[in-house]
This record gives sequence, structure tokens and C-alpha cells, in this order.
Amino acid sequence: MNSYKNRVAGLFGTGLLALLLSACATQPTAALRGTGDLGLVIERATGQVQVVETSGRSALAQVSGLGDLSHASVVFSRDSRYAFVFGRDGALTKVDLLTGRIAGRIVQAGNAIGGAISQDGRIVVAQNYEPGGIKAFDSETLEQIAEVPAIYGSAGQRSKVVGLADLPGNRFIYSLFEAGEIWLTDLSDPGNPKTQRFQAGKQPYDALVTPDGRYYIAGLFGEDGLSMLDLWQPELGVRTILPGYGRGEQPLPVYKMPHLRGWAVAAGRAYLPAIGRHEVLVVELGTWKEVERIPVKSQPVFVMARPDGRQVWVNFAFPDNGWMQVIDTFNGKVIDTFAPGRAILHMEFAPKGEEVWISARDDNKVVIYDTRTRQKKGELPAASPSGIFFTSRAFRTGF
Amino acid sequence: MSMQVFRTRVSFVLWSVAVLGVQPVWAEGGEPAPGRARELVHLVRQDCGSCHGLTLQGGLGPALTAEALADKPAEGLVATIVGGRPGTPMPPFLGILTEAEAVWIVRELMKGFPEDGGPSPQTSESAR
Repeated sequence: MNSYKNRVAGLFGTGLLALLLSACATQPTAALRGTGDLGLVIERATGQVQVVETSGRSALAQVSGLGDLSHASVVFSRDSRYAFVFGRDGALTKVDLLTGRIAGRIVQAGNAIGGAISQDGRIVVAQNYEPGGIKAFDSETLEQIAEVPAIYGSAGQRSKVVGLADLPGNRFIYSLFEAGEIWLTDLSDPGNPKTQRFQAGKQPYDALVTPDGRYYIAGLFGEDGLSMLDLWQPELGVRTILPGYGRGEQPLPVYKMPHLRGWAVAAGRAYLPAIGRHEVLVVELGTWKEVERIPVKSQPVFVMARPDGRQVWVNFAFPDNGWMQVIDTFNGKVIDTFAPGRAILHMEFAPKGEEVWISARDDNKVVIYDTRTRQKKGELPAASPSGIFFTSRAFRTGF
Repeated sequence: MSMQVFRTRVSFVLWSVAVLGVQPVWAEGGEPAPGRARELVHLVRQDCGSCHGLTLQGGLGPALTAEALADKPAEGLVATIVGGRPGTPMPPFLGILTEAEAVWIVRELMKGFPEDGGPSPQTSESAR
């Protein structure tokens, strides 16, 4: 009798559910869909983000109220449903890509520069300029679970934190701009963070970790060269690679700091922007020998490999930020130079690299190119677009 | 900024005024043409904003709000824009803008900088 009642209740429930579903079917958000082709476009001036999809190249939703999004960056939950947006004003906003709504929001610092998510997806970490340090949050609730202040020197100053990346084992690595140090924090027991400190070069401004999580490379503003830490042998300490790559020449004025996070590792080599120079430096991983330096149009900002590693795409600092160049990694030659729009700030490859989305801030649009033919395939309107982030980042170390 | 560096900057400014014939418009309250003013506001908000923040609350570079600049001498700020600050990421902007424009920017910063009216209206020639 009991089971009969349950069945009736179940049937009734199913009917109700069907009714609800049919009622919802007119709402586009109720349609079942995956998240593998989704992403976010930052609209930096208006504090908004657009949820986009790359299969049909369209915008699905616009989400407002995210604050100051200059230099905003994004990491994704391991189910690639949620985006964690780190704003300049210290806000951390969790956006539900499927509903196009804010699922959580906190203001965690006065001035922040980005973040990372742990290997197991449970911990989101923000890197902060003010107060300098990192803070860790529960990715479910955004509740703070740990903090490591970047205190250095005898007077107890706090350093700005740059170049944060996740590592296997729920560890995080980052650099201290003023202190010239690299810190490695183990959050496998979040209540008891353990931090190892390494002396690095002068004024690290950003960093990358190789896809295998082995090498951490920090770019230096204050000296010619980069600081490298082999995370399989951290006891060896930080080593300077490409020392003196500027050959003692005066660097050009730098109007936009390069970004290393969209690292370009292709065919066992790293393609790195030379600071204050019109060059991309190519270094062999492991031996750290300079393979070549590729002359490019201006000072590189992002030097990013297509996912297959055959091409590297480069954009440039103000005032040459309307240009884009493409390097063929097989022969080290620039194979294309073109101007997709005004103020090209960022680019993002589709997960398998057949197309690239490029933000043209001053043309208020995102332009989409076929990476093989370099023909334009489409564009999307966006207000002052800057960063573009696709969910395929959810499955990559260092993103 | 050390006094010596500051003095070098000031003398650079004076040199610019003398040799380049740049008008010391801070004395006259000179204004750039409206189209150029819009470009300068966009430049400061967006491109200076990549280090100083869109809201000018600071980032890798210090805050440039009216409050933050209240106790700074205007001439030193102009010198920093024109000549950069060696040893820091602040680059020299002479060439991208004139010294008179730097003077105008400093004056506007100290009053509380205008909102961005967007880039100049011309549309770009796309190569493809």
C-alpha cells in the first residue's frame, strides 16, 4: 500500500515536473546544454561580462554588477559550470554560466590582480596588490579559508603578488614584485598553509607554469633575464635563464607589461615576450639554451601558442596595439601580420584551436579568426572587451 | 623620488620649455582641442589604467585620484609623465603626448579626472 502511494506521488511528481519543464521550455536558460563550448568576455569599462558560446559564435547572456574589471581575470570550476571572476577592486564574483546569474560575490581585498583554482577544484586563491598577499576561499561558498600575507624585509613591508599559478597537490606558486621572491604555498591542509620562500631576480612582473606543472618561469622587469624554478627539484633553488638577453642595450619604454600566463610552450620550447624589446625569445625547456629570438612588430604583450603548438600568436603594447602577428613554430618565421581592430587586448583559442577570438577594445567588438587561413569568421559586439576566457581552461594546470 | 632625480626632472622640463618651445600652459590654463581632450582622457583611463586602474585607484602603479595626489607638487607629476621614473615600470610619455598635454592631464587628475568618453569616433581599417 505504501509503495502504491509512493508510486502515485511519483507519477504526480513526474506530471508536475513535465508541466514545469514545458512551462520553462520557452525560457532559453532551461534548455539542457553542456558547458564545454562556453566562455566569458570581460566588458571592462562597464563592469559586465558576456557569457558566450563558440559553437554558434553567439552571446548567451550578459551579467552586470561585477565592479572594476580593468585587468580582470577568470578561472573555472572543475565541472566548468562556474566562472570565478577576479576584479581589480578586490571583488571575487562567481558566475553561473548556465543561468547567466551571479552565484556568489565577495570583496576580498582593496586591489587584486587575478587568481587560480586548486587541482581538486575546492580552493580558489586570489592574488592581491593591496593588501599584498594571497587569500584562499572555498570554491563552493566563497568563505575564506586561508591567508598568506606577502611580508618581507626587516620592516615588515608587504609586497604586491603577481604570477600566481596552481600546481599539483593543491599547491600554489607566486612571485613578489617588490621583494623579488618566489613563494610556494601548500594548501593541501588549508587550515595550516606551509610556505617555502625562494630568492628570485629583480621585480618579477608575471609568471607561467609549464603544462606539466614542472617549471615555473617569472619574467623580470628589473633585470635582463627570467627566474626559473624546477618544481620537481625545488631544493636546487631559483636559476636565472636567458641572462643578459638585452645584451646591455637600454630597453625601450614599456607602456604595457607583458603577460606570461597565456604561456606559449610548443614542441619543447617556450616562446617568451622580451621586455622593452621588439622580440620573442625562444628557449629550450630543460637545457634553457636560447634557441633563437624572433623579431616582431613591436613589444609583445601576449605570446600564445595555438593548442597544437604549431602557431604562436602575438599582440603588442600601446601604441602598436592594433596589430597581431602569427609565428610558425616549425620554422620560427612570422607568417602573418594584420590589424584586426583598435586596441587588441587579449585573445583566446577555441579548445582545439581552429579559431581564435580577439578583443578589439576601442572598436567595441570581439573578432573571430580562422587560425589556418587567418580569415575573419565573424564578430560579436562587446563594450570595451578585454579578457576572453573559455571553459577549456578548467582542465589545464596554470590556468 | 630622490631630490636629485626630481631636480633632473625639473631641469628636463625647463629644458623642454626652452629648447622645444613647449608652452608652459599650466601658467595659462591651456586646454587641448575637444577631440584631443577626449583622446587624452581615453588614454589615461584605459592605457594608464592598465597599471593605475580604470578608476585610478592604483594597481602596479600608485593611485592617481585627486585625494592621492593632493600633497604632490604638480611640476613633479608632470615630470614623471614626461620623463618616466627610472627604476620603476613608469615609462616616459613624451612623444605620445606633449608636455603641455601632460600639464593638462595633471591638472585634471588633481581636480578628479573626467570619465572616459570612449575612443575617438573614427573606425579602424581592418586589414581583412
